[in-house]
Amino acid sequence: MQHSNTQDTLVGLFVAAGIAGLFFLALQVSNLSSFTEQEGYTITARFENSGGLKVKSPVSAAGVKIGQVSNISFDPKTFESIVKMRINAEYKTIPEDTTASIFTAGLLGEQYVSLEPGGADEYLKDNGNIEITQSAIILEKAIGQFLFKSAEEKK
Amino acid sequence: MSDNARSQNSLVAVRNLSFSRGSNKIFKDVSMDFERGKITAIMGPSGTGKTTLLKLIGGQLQPAQGTVMVDGKNVHRLRRGDLFELRKRIGMLFQSGALLTDMNVYDNVAFPLREHTHLPESMIRSLVLMKLQAVGLRGARDLMPNELSGGMARRVALARAIALDPMMIMYDEPFTGQDPISKGVLVHLIKSLNTFLGLTSIIVSHDVQETSAIADYIYVISDGKIIGEGSPADIQNSSSDWVQQFMVGSADGPVHFHYPAKDLQDDLMSAGKRY
Amino acid sequence: MLAFIQTLGKNTRASFTKLGRATFFLLHTITGIIDIMPRPRLLLNQLYSVGVLSFLIISISGLFVGMVLGLQGYYILSDFGAEETLGVMVAASLVRELGPVVSALLFAGRAGSALTAEIGLMKATEQLSGMEMMAVDPIKRIISPRFLAGFISMPLLAALFSAIGIIGGQIVGTGLLGVDDGAYWSQMQAKIDFQDDIINGVIKSLVFGFVSSWIALFEGYDAVPTSEGVSRATTRTVVNSAFSILGLDFVLTALMFGDD
Repeated sequence: MQHSNTQDTLVGLFVAAGIAGLFFLALQVSNLSSFTEQEGYTITARFENSGGLKVKSPVSAAGVKIGQVSNISFDPKTFESIVKMRINAEYKTIPEDTTASIFTAGLLGEQYVSLEPGGADEYLKDNGNIEITQSAIILEKAIGQFLFKSAEEKK
Repeated sequence: MSDNARSQNSLVAVRNLSFSRGSNKIFKDVSMDFERGKITAIMGPSGTGKTTLLKLIGGQLQPAQGTVMVDGKNVHRLRRGDLFELRKRIGMLFQSGALLTDMNVYDNVAFPLREHTHLPESMIRSLVLMKLQAVGLRGARDLMPNELSGGMARRVALARAIALDPMMIMYDEPFTGQDPISKGVLVHLIKSLNTFLGLTSIIVSHDVQETSAIADYIYVISDGKIIGEGSPADIQNSSSDWVQQFMVGSADGPVHFHYPAKDLQDDLMSAGKRY
Repeated sequence: MLAFIQTLGKNTRASFTKLGRATFFLLHTITGIIDIMPRPRLLLNQLYSVGVLSFLIISISGLFVGMVLGLQGYYILSDFGAEETLGVMVAASLVRELGPVVSALLFAGRAGSALTAEIGLMKATEQLSGMEMMAVDPIKRIISPRFLAGFISMPLLAALFSAIGIIGGQIVGTGLLGVDDGAYWSQMQAKIDFQDDIINGVIKSLVFGFVSSWIALFEGYDAVPTSEGVSRATTRTVVNSAFSILGLDFVLTALMFGDD
């Protein structure tokens, strides 16, 4: 125990390095810095079919991520899928007549919501609704239709 | 001195003690008295459970039967806290010294003081140096346990054992494996500590000469029983063959030289049979 | 046949009594932590021997594991034209699995075996017994600080392992193989979730730290006090820790990442 000063320093360095590692993981590696608990507002869109969309799927406009899906539920009356999206506060100027579509990133990639702004002067507010939606393209359906059509043409 | 007087003045009283380890009976109905201010020795061959007896007195082991009273308290009936209080007043010197290997000599002796008292460091320093002075190792305070000889380690352990000024000290084989000078030093130390600090000492040993030189009373145990007791002189003149063999150290006697085996002649003639 | 059944019964009984002893030991150790709280020096010394001394092996192993992941991941992902997701692959494997598990295995080999040997030798040289006779509870004085130090060190070591590994993957992926640096980090940040991945990884390493410290200290404390007994106990520590870590990892993974 004669070297307790050096020992203390090393223990201090070790603990500091460990905590720095944790911070690095939290801030640099994970999505903690970009989304959780950030200021924002929620908008809702109804889709005929939301396909493979999941909570935390990205919401983007013109290819830039501006928010994420916060909730997906099923409406038992209209048989539609209700998708709630949390949009970052800095993007306040999304027109009311914006179209929401569900696309797939690449052939096998994950699904995301793409917003295509319209031309209205009014902007979407918290708890606002997007009226115009386009459902997810279900690959099996699309292939089925394609095969059906080409069979018809051959006749 | 009559037996009655001894038992009245005893600090430690062992009554009808039985203890077994597995199916091996180590003590069978043993009773002993350890007088206040005296040095009492327990002697016997290796493996007769002498160390076990010390652990029973210290409350580290539970007896199958019988009681051990230390200073009027039944050791095995005490609650944990009370047992620890009692142990603060008992010093024990282990065979190996049992020094804490990650601390130097000074910190080892200071260990019980730091654990049990809230004395300022300056006072602990004075106490530690006094205890080390008593065992003649004040100059060795900065050495680590692995730098000490066996005899020095035991002396440091002795300094540690008297750090809290106990009422009694138990010595587990203090002379084993020591050169004649170390033995002489330890004999001298045990005797003088006992006299000057008014301690009660219990020595467990099989070193006949050293123990007889300082003990006031000796118990000889073998096979879980007391086979002889009395002052060193009584024991030297004991009529028991067994005690005589032990004290003199003869190769053959009641304890046979040969481990039990069948007749040598038969064994040699049965060549070719490999059990 | 009868002999076999007898041995089986005997072994079962032995392992149950050992488990019982281990549980009492653990409870005693945990209650002891309260008593050592006012003496941070005891904990600090153990953080040094448990944490600081494992630091080097953990950092170097983390770097190499990350570099290997970068290399292997690149070869596989480039077949699908998905090199940009290298960061996700490296980070997810490290944060979820390799970080907690490999650092726990290294910890068991480096610090765990050292703890067992230390405690076992203290027992063999009667130091524990001597403490008891000095009215000092050896579990509180010796075991509890070491246990706490192991429990604290493990998540820190695992975080270091993952962080250094991710940097190692970046060195290989973007430095040597030409993956875009921006894509490496941004894909990672988009996919690695703080709650699901980082926190769950930390929980794993806390569990592993708890279990491997417990095993190491108990094996030392329960060792037969001879040199042979201590060496056997050290072996048992490494083997049992590895089994427990890998088994628990499966259970924890199933619980944490089961539904998604």
